Amino acid sequence: MSIADLEQLSRLTIWTAIAIYALAFIVYALDISKRAQLAVERKDAVVRERVLVGAGVASGDITVPAASAPVARAADVAPAPRNVYARIATSLMWLAFLFHLGGTVMRGFAAGRVPWSNMYEFAMTGTLLIAAVYLGVLFRHDLRYLGTFISGMLVLLLGGSAVGFYVAITPLSDPLKSPWLVIHVFVATTATAFFALACGLSVLQLAQMRRDSKRASGLEVKHSFLDTIPGADKLEGLAYRFTIIGFILWTFTLIAGSIWANDAWGRYWGFDTKEVWTFVIWVLYAGYIHARATRGWRGARSAWLSIIGFVAVLFNFTIVNMFFKGLHAYSGLS
Amino acid sequence: MSTSPSKPRPPRGETNDPLRPADHIDADPNAVTSPALGVVGWLRWAWRLLTSMRTALVLLLVLAIAAIPGSIFPQRSADPNGVVQWQTDNPDLFPVLDGIQLFDVYTSVWFSAIYLLLFISLVGCIIPRIKHHAKALRSRPPRTPARLARLEDHRIDEFEVPGDAATQAEHAVDVAAGQLRGAGYRVERYDGRGSFSVSAERGYARETGNLLFHISLVGVLVSVGLGGGLSYTGQTVIVEGSTFVNQLVDYTQMTKGQFVNESALSPYAMTLDSFDVKYQPYDPTGPASGQAGDFAANMTIRASDGQKSEQSIRVNHPLSLGGDRVYLLGNGYAPQITVRNAAGEVVFSGKVPFLPQNNATMTSLGVVKVTDGMPEQLGLLGFFYPTAAKLETGALTSVYPALIAPTLTFNVYEGDLGINDGSPKNVYTLDTSSMKQLNGGDTGVKAIELTPGGTAQLPNGLGSVTFENADPNKTPSPLANQSTDFSKSVPRYVSIQMRHDPTAIFVLSFAILALGGLLLALFIPRRRLWVRATPKDGRVVLEYAGLARGEDPQLGAAVTAFADKHQSTLSAADSKVD
Ligand code: HEM
Repeated sequence: MSIADLEQLSRLTIWTAIAIYALAFIVYALDISKRAQLAVERKDAVVRERVLVGAGVASGDITVPAASAPVARAADVAPAPRNVYARIATSLMWLAFLFHLGGTVMRGFAAGRVPWSNMYEFAMTGTLLIAAVYLGVLFRHDLRYLGTFISGMLVLLLGGSAVGFYVAITPLSDPLKSPWLVIHVFVATTATAFFALACGLSVLQLAQMRRDSKRASGLEVKHSFLDTIPGADKLEGLAYRFTIIGFILWTFTLIAGSIWANDAWGRYWGFDTKEVWTFVIWVLYAGYIHARATRGWRGARSAWLSIIGFVAVLFNFTIVNMFFKGLHAYSGLS
Repeated sequence: MSTSPSKPRPPRGETNDPLRPADHIDADPNAVTSPALGVVGWLRWAWRLLTSMRTALVLLLVLAIAAIPGSIFPQRSADPNGVVQWQTDNPDLFPVLDGIQLFDVYTSVWFSAIYLLLFISLVGCIIPRIKHHAKALRSRPPRTPARLARLEDHRIDEFEVPGDAATQAEHAVDVAAGQLRGAGYRVERYDGRGSFSVSAERGYARETGNLLFHISLVGVLVSVGLGGGLSYTGQTVIVEGSTFVNQLVDYTQMTKGQFVNESALSPYAMTLDSFDVKYQPYDPTGPASGQAGDFAANMTIRASDGQKSEQSIRVNHPLSLGGDRVYLLGNGYAPQITVRNAAGEVVFSGKVPFLPQNNATMTSLGVVKVTDGMPEQLGLLGFFYPTAAKLETGALTSVYPALIAPTLTFNVYEGDLGINDGSPKNVYTLDTSSMKQLNGGDTGVKAIELTPGGTAQLPNGLGSVTFENADPNKTPSPLANQSTDFSKSVPRYVSIQMRHDPTAIFVLSFAILALGGLLLALFIPRRRLWVRATPKDGRVVLEYAGLARGEDPQLGAAVTAFADKHQSTLSAADSKVD
């Protein structure tokens, strides 16, 4: 198979992945409407008592568990039973991910280098990592209620770049011939994936908070799929945990980028447009972390910061790459 | 574990809790922070305000916003030509925006004010915390709370025990204390009032990490600041075959901090032996046609100690030389040009660096200035086309960056070059304001057009100009055309940057420390665990409870896991006794 054939096959595979992500998006959307329906059926919100049992200890003596029962929100308990749609959608995500991975690997082989050195490839690898982090996190937390958000974003970003950013393979320009291309860009993209999850959670957190405050002021709240997902506090905690992982990766990105710039451009920092935006994003997320620790800012305001941070990440990737002048002219578009 | 809304507020203000500003989420909300009377009171209030969480947060957000204009408007530091261009495009708006320093954002008054305030707030915030933390590191875990069951993460088990309940209870707490110590907790026994208990705390490294992070940020800022004064950046151009000596006069440009001693330049020299570059093959439809890469400036270096060596400078691979880092920044063609006057005397001879106008085709612009030996000063404005082709209009262009059909054209100007007043002039530009154009353009006289080895007469019988072939063995015969190998006919030059920044290594070290501190601060949980055993009617009541100090999603699981482990150790010991 020639290089050109491999490139074409990669393109085809990526398009297949986009189609399957779109399918997953539809099924996740069905899942949400199903959840909403379930929420209505469970009209009388179940308040389950969770009993912390000290049982199960193989003590030879008698165990008298003392009941201590914090009241749990219905939503903290396992979500709707038999989540058929969510299961199908997640399987589709896996399938799409495998195609996506295949297409990315083929692109890398065809180019004879890592597949992230122009906009089309950044988008391809970036969305691959978002999918990977989402699917990976599912092993630990049931975040399938974020599936619509994630798959929708994947379709938009990957589809958009396949339409708008596609370029044939070109050799690397000299400054990119560096091991830092592998490390710096990869870590930055992984950070983006965690920020994406956090952003989705913060959006849902804001939605939950609105419902909570409506409820608190005695207003009627419609049942919706929000009844089947964790409450605002828990969403916020999760968002925070993903953000700090992303923040640490981003800090590393910043440092690695400076080391690279010091080799390639003759200074470690020069307020080049891309450097400015990397810094702005870093400061925004530092602000988010502080906001979480500041009275009056935890909750809605910090959630907004998480969303703004991710908007800045997307802006950095799209608008800054395409329209801002600077040394990082690697979009491959002209 | 779920968070219930009526979470009992844990005891505050204990000496080994990390010190936090008053508006920290965990701080006592009742602490009053309105200005007290008197100057001192007012100052203290202002200081508390400046070092509060909210101020730090707002300053961070303002800093983020303030950095953005520098990515929208061209900056003098990064893109001086862009600033000039912007000024030409927007002559009316320029002075207004320049007045508010939008073209020098990162050295502007307002940007500096923001980061200085943040810096002061940062220092003011961490100093008391360091003092406090140093004390906390030496303190003991606090007394076991009387009502452990009020804590959110707790567990109570009751056991029937053989023998004396009090002995068994004490033994259980001994075991727990040992296990906690083994798990990295600092432990303290609090026995009495009919029960035995151990109080344990771990994760002091969380606050250590947090402080390390913030201190390292100060370190980064200070190092960068010092670097500004101690560093210099110089640029120069070296043509193939010529030598650069590291002294001020050999630089075309030099920016240096106010503490740099010019006479301390390290005495090294380098000669450009050759320059390598590879171009992607010509392919008018392909995206990579003519893309250049694998640049290498092959140098002979004479180091300060007189040692000679041959080394290449490549992109991403700067050379370390006498405390400087030497970078390959750019390259171009330097056609060798000879100008003779009407009497045939050489009035100018040299390899003239031409500035590339377009990297894909290497169409380049250069200037020859003849100061003496002519009736009046002459300026030759030249265009160089490595692979010349004619456009439909008849004008020349270059279609490929390598030397396939090199062509040089000249427009000749006569008059005053404007260099006699001694003010420095850019070697790449010709100030034609007091000169008269003799050929090209609208003059009606054809521009001079030369190929390597060719000579042409200057207008008005002023003399001649020759485009020397640097590879004379291959001087083209008039009959040869396409097959002539011009690949070595024009010398190359490189532009080189020397950078000396003794603080860069400190910036890097502090940055890495900051990252390390961040990992500790964000991933090490600070938590307290208590185990209390109370003998009661021949039974033992075992209570376990945990308290998070800061973000700690795993606390509930940790309490359960510890209780399980503790009880299984106890029962294992029991069964042995049995
Ligand atoms: C130069 C700007 C600053 C940056 C980039 C920054 C960044 C950060 C980051 C990333 C954290 C998270 C690490 C951790 O939780 O331990 C943090 C925490 C913290 N920062 Fe800063 N900080 C800055 C300035 C300040 C200032 C001026 C203060 C004083 C008010 C401050 C007080 C704190 C406190 C108290 C925490 C702990 C928050 C918690 O309890 O979780 N920081 N900071």
